[in-house]
Amino acid sequence: MSAADAHHAHHESPTNIGFWIYLMSDCIIFGALFATYAVLGGSFAGGPGPKDLFEPGFIAVETALLLFSSITFGMAMLAADKQKLDATTGWLIVSGLLGAGFIGMEVYEFAHLIHIGAGPDRSAFLSAFFALVGTHGLHVTGGLIWLVTLILQLRLHGLNGANMRRLGTLSMFWHFLDLIWIGVFSFVYLVRLI
Amino acid sequence: MATGHVQPQETWSPIFGRLTLDWIPYHEPILIGTFLGVGLAGLIVLALMTRFRLWLPLWRDWVISVDHKKIGIMYMVLGFVMMVRGFADALMMRLQQALAAGGAEGYLPPHHYDQVFTAHGVIMIFFVAMPFVTGIMNYVMPTQIGARDVAFPFLNNFSFWMTVAGALLVNISLFVGEFARVGWLAFPPLSGASYSTGPGMDYYLWALQIAGVGTTLSGINLIATILKMRAPGMKMMMMPVFTWTALITNVLIVAAFPVLTATLGMLTLDRYLDFRFFTNDFGGNAMMYINLIWIWGHPEVYILIIPIFGVFSEIVATFSRKPLFGYTTMVWATACIMVLSFVVWLHHFFTMGSGANVNTFFGITTMIIAVPTGVKIFNWLFTMYRGSVRLEVPMYWTIGFLVTFTIGGMTGVLLAVPPVDFQLHNTLFLIAHFHNVIIGGVVFGVYAAVTYWWPKAFGFKLDDRWGKRAFWGWFVGFYLAFMPLYALGLMGVTRRMNSYEDMGWQPYFIIAAVGAVVILFGILSTFMCFYVSIRDRKRLACGGDPWDARTLEWANQSPPQKYNFPQDIVVTGRDMFWKMKEEGFKWSTDYQAIHMPKDTATGVLISAFALAFGFAMVWYIWWLAILSFVAMLAIGIAHTFNYNRDYYIQPDEVAATEAKGASA
Repeated sequence: MSAADAHHAHHESPTNIGFWIYLMSDCIIFGALFATYAVLGGSFAGGPGPKDLFEPGFIAVETALLLFSSITFGMAMLAADKQKLDATTGWLIVSGLLGAGFIGMEVYEFAHLIHIGAGPDRSAFLSAFFALVGTHGLHVTGGLIWLVTLILQLRLHGLNGANMRRLGTLSMFWHFLDLIWIGVFSFVYLVRLI
Repeated sequence: MATGHVQPQETWSPIFGRLTLDWIPYHEPILIGTFLGVGLAGLIVLALMTRFRLWLPLWRDWVISVDHKKIGIMYMVLGFVMMVRGFADALMMRLQQALAAGGAEGYLPPHHYDQVFTAHGVIMIFFVAMPFVTGIMNYVMPTQIGARDVAFPFLNNFSFWMTVAGALLVNISLFVGEFARVGWLAFPPLSGASYSTGPGMDYYLWALQIAGVGTTLSGINLIATILKMRAPGMKMMMMPVFTWTALITNVLIVAAFPVLTATLGMLTLDRYLDFRFFTNDFGGNAMMYINLIWIWGHPEVYILIIPIFGVFSEIVATFSRKPLFGYTTMVWATACIMVLSFVVWLHHFFTMGSGANVNTFFGITTMIIAVPTGVKIFNWLFTMYRGSVRLEVPMYWTIGFLVTFTIGGMTGVLLAVPPVDFQLHNTLFLIAHFHNVIIGGVVFGVYAAVTYWWPKAFGFKLDDRWGKRAFWGWFVGFYLAFMPLYALGLMGVTRRMNSYEDMGWQPYFIIAAVGAVVILFGILSTFMCFYVSIRDRKRLACGGDPWDARTLEWANQSPPQKYNFPQDIVVTGRDMFWKMKEEGFKWSTDYQAIHMPKDTATGVLISAFALAFGFAMVWYIWWLAILSFVAMLAIGIAHTFNYNRDYYIQPDEVAATEAKGASA
């Protein structure tokens, strides 16, 4: 550690707390969308409702893919802590594939709904549904782009300090999206199917 | 009829989207005049910059700079430039209403007038008041906590340029197409696809979304700065009050702006992809929008005023030569306002018909806010009491604020009574109320802050005579312009009227127009003040501590070097600089290398593409939208491949810079 580093030792990196604060602000975006869904969720305008549209089996598989991707991301973090580069990128690729599977299923579901005439223009309920689930999906897509970028950077520069910090923030992002999905799963699908 | 306006036909071509020559308003003389004026002034500036070879320094020293001080100054410049635009709109409205009585139609047809009042509100809140408070926080807060820069310097530069991109988009709408005609908060269904055809409403949406990204990121950045970058030893309760108010303001930004993003996002989906959130049919609910937008909107007004409370706290303490009275109560009062600001939003639409119980709840929470605000007013008064008060220009603004803001606060409490609000809702009484607190609070506070910290930023004071003229122009002009509106509001005159029948109202509108002209005198005096002070900077030069101040931002040189402090300061109490002066503090000459962030053009480049993206989305130019979006993404990702983002200033260079700064 050089003298200059020691001079600044009292400032730990603000990245983690900054990213936390960002996640909280993102959480509020989802909060607004959840609130909208709560208000408009019963406005079918004579169109189809949840029971006509959602298939529990399909949603269960989708959810499983995302939850397992969180576990595999955790494995990547454990490997990174042990400075095992290959294992880290391996687990990251598995997480990415699971995430891509989730997105693929979601795109299929959306396309199917639009095809049978249950697109977001059909009713306020469907608008709220598409916006909430779609925003989550866009976040996962963003996460996938980030994941690919980071895998590349890990291969280029290894598990150095900057990359460890990036891994940590992406990990927070990934788990955060899982958490939001649990909200979506219970609040949008499960409750409406009971 | 004055409504001779015909909207151009909706056509679409793959290259230009729906943009056709008909959308260039060359048939409107007012706009052509403005365009020629702006164009000519722009050309002169461009020519002068080329003549004096200023392009490279502008780019190198300002545009790509990640220095929080330069970014802060650029925010202030943006605020003043946009204030001219917003104020021109205000003058036009005052003139229209002074003329259009008893069958007269004035000079602004409704189609144009509606754009003017929408643009006035949007610009004044988003592109004047917000840049002002963000700029002051950016400049002052990091130095108050003894930091070298903000937590994320690159993000800070990016946030600023996103705000600029939003502001530019609003200004482009003046000459290409039109702006929204819906009022500053764009309530649906009027702002929806069925009733707001044409690009005006889309300009509104994309401008605010782009600027909103900047605001949210800057909020995150400044919170992280206060939490993580404070000088060693500075506990939370040792932070200057302005830093406290900056912290609370940014918490409000991070908590409130995402709601705006989501709400405007939903309206965008309604308009672009036929979603049904706020439509009249298919189960949509317009009141949902109005609830959501005010859940952002009420905290927003506190986002504007709370940092200003911090500004006045610093100024009152300095010019009374006393520690601030009731520091702890000041902090807690601000924190109370932060929480309360989220539970009052419904008072903006008591007339929605939620029933007496709901209205009572929100009426009472609104009135409760007067309590912590009152605490603050008394704290400032008690700070002055028995202090040795110096009546310099910042104190003029402070005293003007105390009087004016108290009146505005009291009319606010009147409006918080639901039955009264049913009478005054949507009248000019409301307009008078919020201008009373925004001009009397935010504008006066910004002027006080600019006068107070100008010598910090540039090393010389602002000219006293022109500073006082600016104050009297604003102060007298405000009362002339808005007291008549209170009276008109009580008579039941609604807001946003293009013309009216009752000749009895006209005298009040004429007085209000005169008031606006007096404010114009105040604004011109401001620019005169800047000009005279820069011209006479030798005469006005002052040392590092011209006001005998109390807080850390005055401990270094004025203007500060880019690293702010040559050494870390170990903080041992409140009003640390006062303490240092009492203890005869001297900087040691044992310098160490200073860790600094490198400048980068990434922020301005991404923002430029964001502007292109917004423009393309407004005009349905899909190829450009896709291209610029991909470009934003690519530049952003490319930036993350750069690991070489910092450097060190070596001790001998620090020593040389400090010596040079001291002799200057």
